[in-house]
Amino acid sequence: MPRFTAENTILAKEIIARYPHPKSALIPLLHLAQEQDGHLAEDAMVHIAELIDHTPAEVIGTASFYEMFKREPVGDYLINVCTNIACMLMGGEELLHHLEDRLDIRPGSTTADGMFTLEDVECIAACTEAPCLTVNYRYFHKISTDEADQLLEDLRAGRRAHEIPKHGTLARVRQSIPADRRAGAAVPGECGQPVWMTPKDESEDAPA
Amino acid sequence: MSEQRVKITIDGREVEAEDGELVIAAAERTGTYIPRFCWHPRMNPVGMCRMCLVEIDTGRGPALQPSCMIPASEGMTVVTDSDIAKKAQEGVLEFLLANHPLDCPVCDKGGECPLQDQAYSHGPGESRFIEEKVHFEKPIPISDLVDLDRERCILCDRCTRFADEVAGDPLIHFIDRGAQTQVNTFPDEPFASYFSGNTVQICPVGALTSRAYRFKARPWDLDQVESTCTSCSVGCRVAVQSSRNQVLRYQGVDVDAVNWGWLCDKGRFDFESIHAEGRLGEPLLRADEGHVTAAWSDALGRAAGAIEAALASSGPSGVGVIGGAQLTNESAYAWAKLAKGVIGTDNVDAQLGDGLPAEAVLGLPRATIDQACAPGGTVVVLGVDPKEELPVLYLRLRHAVVEDGVTLVEVVPHATGVTGLAAHSLVHGPGAVADVVAQLLAESPADAGGIGADALAAAGTAVRSGPVTVILGRGNLADRGDLVASAAGLLAEGLDDVRFLSGLRRGNVHGALAAGLAPGMLPGSVSLDDGREWFHDHWSTVPSDRGLDTEGILNAAADGKLDVLVLLGADPLSDFPDHDLARRALAGARTVVAVDTLPNPSVRQADIVLPAAGYAETDGTTTNIEGRISRLSQKVTPPGTARADWVIAAELAFRLGDDLGLESLDDVFAELARVAPSHHGLTAEGVGIDGVLVPLDRDADRTDARTAEDPIGLQTSGGDEEPTADIDPEAAEAAAEAEAADTEAGEAEAEAEATEAQADAEADDAATPDEGDGAEPVADDEREPAGPGLPAPVRFSATAVAVPSPDTYSLRLLTTRKLYDLGTTTQASRSLAKLAPGAVLHLHPHDFDRLGVEADGQVTVSNREGGRGSVTVPVRPSGTVPKGAALLSFLQPGGQAAELIDASAVVTDVRVEVAR
Repeated sequence: MPRFTAENTILAKEIIARYPHPKSALIPLLHLAQEQDGHLAEDAMVHIAELIDHTPAEVIGTASFYEMFKREPVGDYLINVCTNIACMLMGGEELLHHLEDRLDIRPGSTTADGMFTLEDVECIAACTEAPCLTVNYRYFHKISTDEADQLLEDLRAGRRAHEIPKHGTLARVRQSIPADRRAGAAVPGECGQPVWMTPKDESEDAPA
Repeated sequence: MSEQRVKITIDGREVEAEDGELVIAAAERTGTYIPRFCWHPRMNPVGMCRMCLVEIDTGRGPALQPSCMIPASEGMTVVTDSDIAKKAQEGVLEFLLANHPLDCPVCDKGGECPLQDQAYSHGPGESRFIEEKVHFEKPIPISDLVDLDRERCILCDRCTRFADEVAGDPLIHFIDRGAQTQVNTFPDEPFASYFSGNTVQICPVGALTSRAYRFKARPWDLDQVESTCTSCSVGCRVAVQSSRNQVLRYQGVDVDAVNWGWLCDKGRFDFESIHAEGRLGEPLLRADEGHVTAAWSDALGRAAGAIEAALASSGPSGVGVIGGAQLTNESAYAWAKLAKGVIGTDNVDAQLGDGLPAEAVLGLPRATIDQACAPGGTVVVLGVDPKEELPVLYLRLRHAVVEDGVTLVEVVPHATGVTGLAAHSLVHGPGAVADVVAQLLAESPADAGGIGADALAAAGTAVRSGPVTVILGRGNLADRGDLVASAAGLLAEGLDDVRFLSGLRRGNVHGALAAGLAPGMLPGSVSLDDGREWFHDHWSTVPSDRGLDTEGILNAAADGKLDVLVLLGADPLSDFPDHDLARRALAGARTVVAVDTLPNPSVRQADIVLPAAGYAETDGTTTNIEGRISRLSQKVTPPGTARADWVIAAELAFRLGDDLGLESLDDVFAELARVAPSHHGLTAEGVGIDGVLVPLDRDADRTDARTAEDPIGLQTSGGDEEPTADIDPEAAEAAAEAEAADTEAGEAEAEAEATEAQADAEADDAATPDEGDGAEPVADDEREPAGPGLPAPVRFSATAVAVPSPDTYSLRLLTTRKLYDLGTTTQASRSLAKLAPGAVLHLHPHDFDRLGVEADGQVTVSNREGGRGSVTVPVRPSGTVPKGAALLSFLQPGGQAAELIDASAVVTDVRVEVAR
């Protein structure tokens, strides 16, 4: 049940500094925790609470609203198979049952080797491409059972690693925002009007 | 809210509302009940439950709107009982019941449940939902005191709002928001708030239940009286509820001036101590093999005999009386009269060396809680941690700071529960409080007590910029109370507009001090010298010289100079900060008489034990931190033959060949009001529902009106019951009496007149004796007697205390109180007994590192001067403790700080070594 690593703690503080109130950094920090451990560990939530000076109950209150923040460990690859109407008509349920057999798990559980977690989901907005599934939220369209088998094999062999990072990873290249370009560093109410709110004649009169 | 008033129409009646007053509140105030679950008058509205939907027309046509979210505005038309409004309310209730289990027959709330009541009064009668209801594991404990049945919850947000907005402990929250929304804590992080019991009281369904009351009674079996909580000295109003002569529950009563309906958990749950095992019900006499029960006549005879022998051999000073802070005002007066007016000893002290000089408590200009919390003011917390010692005062202060913009400055020896609220937190080195306050008041301050000049200057500006209320308490039991009192003296002299609110914690310590249970004091806040003549006319005798305080009495006992030591509900072996002295004293006193309700270490050593009636077992009055006198009511009978303390005093006086002249509680009250100058003019009727401030001229703003229509918050339905009527027997009684017994009133008046006449006659003799006695010049307005001819009230003049400088090899001990400790009442309450956090030494991280010990490793702490015991306790680094200090809480399981403290020393320096 890990807290943030030393490196991620520095990053977390950097993220907090981007916002006018520490609490505003809560969701980015939850993402960071999920990226570190693949899910939200309890100690990580406690650590976040300490960093933003709130109680762990407040952190879990926010985190638990979001389906995509996982509070239990999930596999490296989270497979979501759509069983909503369009996919159902085009074989989504068969696809799900096929994957259940192949992985030998029920939807909602994780393989013993910690590689795959299988979930059935409601519509993922790709009805024209039914049946479809996502792996770590990357789409696979019009997928047949054979293609699904191939996908599992590729994932196991690491052949898809370049396009599908393990669960929780937000980005492989960390975005860096220079301190002078950060948004919201001023306290709300104390900053001036945005430039587009300034009446035209005033902005013209303003000294260059 | 502005002063402007607007006219609105509710159900065809035109009523006046304050501009900005919520429609639901305006309607309730004018007699129209709108159903609600989430709205609570002491919290911000959220519009969560939608039950208060009514048709509101502000000129754009009627529309359904939640009346708890809409402020009244001029010309608004509100219809609460139209078909549309009714249909909306029925619909909301049908939805609220969609997941509610309707397990009323096994639910504690059944019978006093707003959901139950409003389902009857505003519900559709039947539900169209046939689906499976939500299921949760039940019940789950969310703290040591509160259980949660999540499936009963209607998600009104009251408990979570209370935790966040009122208590400031947001440890419960909505989790899994969506179809399975539930209130819960973080896993393994309980709702360990000092105020968790309030969520049970405000829960509009049976989701939150207190473990102490769960399955104990049904509401219709409960009988109740209104009383005042005496767990600490804030004086919260409570409803004491009992069934079959057993107190089963306290509920907070919403009183504007004091507790706003809230209680702390210690106050709410220590009712369990009333019926605790081992309650003293019969007098006990020491025999060879321990205590044996005795008849009252024998026990009283033995006690009186011992006092007579003492008088014969050593005179009045051979008798010492310690304690009385748990007594009613009446009992405290009776004991003061017995000790000072019959026996003639001034060796009397209600405090156990853990308080402040009585002159400081009674002699500094006093504030009220409302004055302290008034918007725009400044509160200086001096020494005390209000959250640990006076929890509900902490809630009021928190509200004042967070909602009303009061500036809070703390001058404390370690970070406290109010540090997070403080605009200026001055955590000073141990013993440096007077230096820090002196610099705080200086025009250009210098560094003091480890605090920088800039911080002192900034805080000083805040302190000088408005009316100031100082909350003065004894934050550190390991240094002398004079130290913080001298700092208070500096504030009293240095600021123009300053008042003081005492932070002493024991139940009725202020009533006991005002009744004269302090050395050098007489009843009515007058000093022995000022009041001697006045009391000579009322009592058989008055002590000739100032006597000893508790420390002095214990020293005299330890030296074998005290013949009789009377303990009035006092346990010096636990509560006196110097356990070594307390042990020697109890061994050295020739006869120890204990008047108490429960056996404690000191009672077990007593020669004569007289069982007293405890809380809820006797009527009377109590005095809170403001000097507010409010009623205590009897609800149950005392165990065995236990008697009220004032009766015991009267019996002893009789056996000493005197007569207190007190035959009933009314007698005692009337005499207290007649002879105690600060209580001049007080009448039983004048105490009213919510109490009265003494002296009476302080009470100009008083109203007995209550903001909440339903002060207990039990009955929120607007049914035909009148919830306030049956909880307030006194009010009804008083009204009936006033009507029926004009003669009595006439008598009282005549008596008052007689007193005045007598007072006038004596006016010449009793001319303010303080003049020309060499004391400092006194501002006249502060010393105005409460009535003509009465002695002037005591005035506090501080004396500076020299503090020895610390050496580099030792740490200075800080010993503070926690809410839960090994105190007799707490330990006798089953729910609270295990909540004491335990003894842990806290050190500044710098000092901790120097020690070279693992966190939670054991250290041995001993007094630098030696001659005292040592304690071995776990140690932790803590940012709340300043450098050079060692914080060890008082009276905790695992190691007694009192083993280290020498009561005669100004400060206590200790050595800390790693335990082998």
